[in-house]
Order: sequence, then C-alpha cells, then structure tokens
Amino acid sequence: MELFQPTQMELEALRLSLWVSMWAVFGSLPPGIFIAWILARKQFPGKTLLDGAVHLPLVLPPVVTGYLLLVVMGRRGLLGGWIYELTGVSFAFDWKGAALAAAVMAFPLLVRAVRLSVEAVDMGLEEAARTLGAGPVRVFFTITLPLVIPGILTGAILAFARSLGEFGATITFVSNIPGETRTLPIALYSLIQMPGGETGALRLCIIAILVSFLALIASELLARRLTLQIRGGKKGA
Amino acid sequence: MLDIDVKKRQGDFSLEAAFETDGAGVTALFGHSGAGKTTLINLIAGLLRPDTGHIQVNGRTLFDSQRGINVPPEKRRVGYVFQEGRLFPHLSVKTNLTYGMNRLPPSERYLDFRQVVDLLGIGSLLKRGPATLSGGEKQRIAIGRALLASPMLLLLDEPLASLDAARKSEVLPFVGRLPRELSIPIIYVTHSVDEILNLADHMVFLDSGRLIAADRVENVTTSRIFRRLTGQGQGGTIISTKVAAHDRVAGLTHLGFEGGFFKVPLLDRQIGSPLRVRIRPQDVALALEPPLLTSFQNIFPGRIETVEHDNRGFASVRLNIGHPLLIQVTSVACSELHLEPGKKVVELSDGSTFEMWVAPLTMAERERAQKQAKSDDANAFALQLLIAKALDESGAKLFSVGEVDVLKNEVKDKDLQSLMLAILTDDAEPIDPKS
Repeated sequence: MELFQPTQMELEALRLSLWVSMWAVFGSLPPGIFIAWILARKQFPGKTLLDGAVHLPLVLPPVVTGYLLLVVMGRRGLLGGWIYELTGVSFAFDWKGAALAAAVMAFPLLVRAVRLSVEAVDMGLEEAARTLGAGPVRVFFTITLPLVIPGILTGAILAFARSLGEFGATITFVSNIPGETRTLPIALYSLIQMPGGETGALRLCIIAILVSFLALIASELLARRLTLQIRGGKKGA
Repeated sequence: MLDIDVKKRQGDFSLEAAFETDGAGVTALFGHSGAGKTTLINLIAGLLRPDTGHIQVNGRTLFDSQRGINVPPEKRRVGYVFQEGRLFPHLSVKTNLTYGMNRLPPSERYLDFRQVVDLLGIGSLLKRGPATLSGGEKQRIAIGRALLASPMLLLLDEPLASLDAARKSEVLPFVGRLPRELSIPIIYVTHSVDEILNLADHMVFLDSGRLIAADRVENVTTSRIFRRLTGQGQGGTIISTKVAAHDRVAGLTHLGFEGGFFKVPLLDRQIGSPLRVRIRPQDVALALEPPLLTSFQNIFPGRIETVEHDNRGFASVRLNIGHPLLIQVTSVACSELHLEPGKKVVELSDGSTFEMWVAPLTMAERERAQKQAKSDDANAFALQLLIAKALDESGAKLFSVGEVDVLKNEVKDKDLQSLMLAILTDDAEPIDPKS
C-alpha cells in the first residue's frame, strides 16, 4: 500500500499542474477565439504572418520558446519589465510564468480547433441574423459563438492536456522551484534524477495518465452532448 | 413603392436592373437559373453592395452610390425569407421567431407574436428545435421570423423551391395570404409561372443579368415575350376582379371587372374582396353574333386587336372586352370567320373553366362569412347587389332582365324591395345582354 501513497511533494506537483493548466486555458480562450475568428473570416494583409506567428510554438523547440519568453517576459524583459513597472505583476520564477509558458505552447492547438469550427459555421445564418436587425457584434455573440462551442471545447481540452504536459519552455522560463513552478512533468523529471526516486516517478506517471484520461473522457461526453443539442436532437416535451 | 436601379459585377457575371413599382403588392422576380434573381435581392437586402445605382423603398433610401449612402443590412428593415430557410439550429422555434422581433422597440412592431403564429399555423411547433421540423414547417417558421421583425419590405427567395409538391401545397396558402394581410411591398423570386399568375401584381423579368420586362402582370402575361419565355398554354389572361354579388338561388357569383361581370360558380368570399381570374386561351370561344341559345354564361362583345398565327395550325387572337383577352382558335376557324384586327366579335366562355386563385380566408373574413351565412339568402343577395351597385363606380351593367324578375319574386322584405326597385328604376333600364 505504501507504493500508492503519494508524498506531499507529489500532491503539490499535481495541484500546481492543474492550477497552472487551468489558468493557461482560461487565459488564452478570449484571445484564442478572437484570433481564430479573424483567421477564419477576415482577409487582410499580414494574415499569413499572423497565422505563422500563432503556429510558431508548435514547430519551435520548446527550449527556444522558453528562452524567448525569458527575454521578452522576464522581469527585465522587453514586455515583462514594462508590465512589472505598471502593475507590479512579475511572471519570472513563479506559477504565473509557468501558466504563461503553458498558454503559449498550447495556443496553436486551441486556435486551430476553434478556427476549423468557425469555418464550419454557415455564413448564411449570420447573414440571416443581419437581416433580422442584429449588428455584427450581436451576430457574433448570439449566432457564431454558440455554434462554435463544440470546437471551443475541443480546443480547450487539447490545450489543457498540452499544458499539463508542458516541460521544456516552462523549465527554461521559470526554472524548477518546488511549490511554485515544479509542475507534474518537472517533478517527475526531478524524481528520475534523484537516487531512489523510481517509486515516486511511477506514482506520478500513474497520476498523469489518470488525469489525462479523465480530461479526455469528460471532453468527449461534453462535446457529444453539446453537438446533439446544437445540431438538433433537442425535442419538445 | 420600390425604386431600384443597380449595377453589380461579380467575376464574369454582371447584373443591371432598373425598375419601379407602386404601392404594396407582390412583385414577382422571374427568370431562369443564373439570371441574377438572388443577386438582385441580396443587393436589396444589403448582403451585397451594388457597384453603382440606388435602392429606395417607400421613399427611404437604402443605397445611393452618388450620395454615399449604404445602410447596413441590420438597419434596412428588409425581411428576407431564404430558399433554404436558414433557421438558427441552436435556438428553439420560439427563439428563432422572436430573434428579429426583440431587436425592435415594441412601438415599432406592427405585428404581434400571436397574430403571426395564428397566420402561419405554427402554434404547436414553438417548443421544438429546427432539426425536428419538416421542410414545409421550416419555411413557415422562416416566414414568421421575417414577419415578426416588422419589415418595410419582404423578400421571398423561392420559398417553395426546396419543397416537394405536398409540402408546397402546405406552405403556398400561407404565402398567398401575406399580400392581403400586410400592406408592405413583397418581392417574390420564382421560376414557376403558376405562382406568378396566382400571387403577383407586378412582374420583373431577368435574363442573364439583364432586365427584359417590368410591368403589371396583366400586361405582361398577354404579351408575346411572356409566351415565348414560358411556352404555349402557360400564359393566358389575368383579370383582377372584385366579388360583386352572390346569387345563391342560381348558385353563381358575379365578379366585376372593367368590361362588366363574369358569372362563375358560387364562391365563399366576401363581397368586395379582390379575386384574380385566369382565363386560358383555349377555354374561350369566339362568335360573330351572340348566340340565342347557349350554355355559355359569359358573353361579352369586343373588338379584335391582333391576330397571330403560329406554325401549328393555331392562331392567337387578342380581343378587347374592356380588358385585353387572349383567345386561341384554329387557323381554319380564323379564316372562315375572317377574323382580323378591328373586327367586332363576341366572346363566349364558361365560368367553370376559369381558374380562380382563391386565397384562404383571413381570420376576419372567416368570421364575417359565418355571420353572413346565417342571414336569409334572398335578402342577402338583394342587399349585396345594392351594395355592389353603390360601390360600382364604372357604371357598368349590373342586372339582366331575368335577374330583376328573380329579385322581385324572391325578396320578401317590403322595405328592401322598394329600396331596390327605386335604385334599379332610377339609374338605368336593365341591360339586355343581347344588345
């Protein structure tokens, strides 16, 4: 039984991972949906550039992304320094930095899923809403957004899973600080480096599998229900 | 009142259309696939922007390239019923219906929810989701949704095209009611001749993005171009009539038009209600003299305007009986009777062959009809004749000698009888149909 009793350090890593991933997903949803909508519906110069920039973290080595974050968002960084001056919020070496790193890494997955979903929405419905007196903003919130919710959900789950597994950019940007930036994968890495850490590593492994699996099942169930509701199974009493 | 003059280029296709119509009523937009019908109404709705030109509805400018006016679609108050319905799949039928209505302050709504639901017979569908509806139900909801936004102009883009015959007959009566229940202009895109003849007051003909004709339906349907575009036997004469009187004794209804009164089988319609009659060219006969004994109930003298021979042994004769009337005769008959422009002839037709497009009764009409049915038939007939006489401004012939006799015998009510005789003798001697 001793084998399945997680230590304080392991539980803390789990809690921190969930916390960081949650913030990463919720923080990136509004800009993610907005950019996905722009990419799906608008034609403008520099669109390819924006598309490329969004997808960059997907192809760049995570360590490069982490290093760039350190340069840009660190306390002395180009943007980070400015934000610190203005609000006193610093991303360097605490959980907020870990959440930022996870969000940047997961962003392409979120945008991709939402964009596909926006492209699938019949523009004829949006036109119909316009003729019924709704301006573009209202059309977006009453027609487009509700219809892309399954896509948003898929994107959010993907992003959440990606955030849980985020390692390279995080450890480069905010290092490995217990209770602050030591998320599940980093804790696992630390245990493997430690002599006699194998049982702990195995427990974290099992926890990681369980969490990922639960997230996947939850998303599948939710998406199925929403799709059913939207595409029309909704019958009257 | 519509005033439209637009040009639009889209790739290889270019659209040029300019026309005006007056007042409320249905304007049919007719043309083959790819003629630019949908493009034109998208321009009117504001979903597309014309390159140049102007669009005015009831004096309100929606677009004017010279003055730089382009009202966005949500501010145009143009109701649009799309071919494929376009109901919002994530909203219930009820929320679909109220979507446009809720964008409008209550003071600007001219139709209320209950009214529209009753008009379209969709009360039982309100809680359902769009995906559970049949095609006909979807189109009715789409019509209701557009109406509830209290539009100043209604666009219907082949609302029946995607439906099979059974569903079509389910929706058509509701579409037919619209022009009589609403006092706004309606543009109806179609390529069904029957729908035009039944519904439209004006007709706009488009072909490959060009305007071929724009006129009142009565004028267009007797024209050559209409026959060429729609094929033989499709056309015919459309005559707008008003129900003048019901002769319940003889089982006939009298329909007033510019040339007099048609007698047709008894109709369940209020006196004064407008009714459109379609007379097919092959259902009318011609004679040089009014026959003494005949089964034809409608006999009108007229003068031939044109005679056109086709190469299949038939001739189209255009006769004026107070209204132009198209008649098809064989070429042989044509030469035997020496039919030629200017000749005076007599038209013979049987009211039972007329195609009368009878729109379903409106709520108010149904109530009135029920009340009326309860009153004494003969007295009601006399009253109706009097009312018809009073309403009739053209001074056209109203009663035959036989009818006056019938009235004298049938009407028992003394006051009514004397009133009737006073009016009859005062105006004019009853007209002998043979003169």
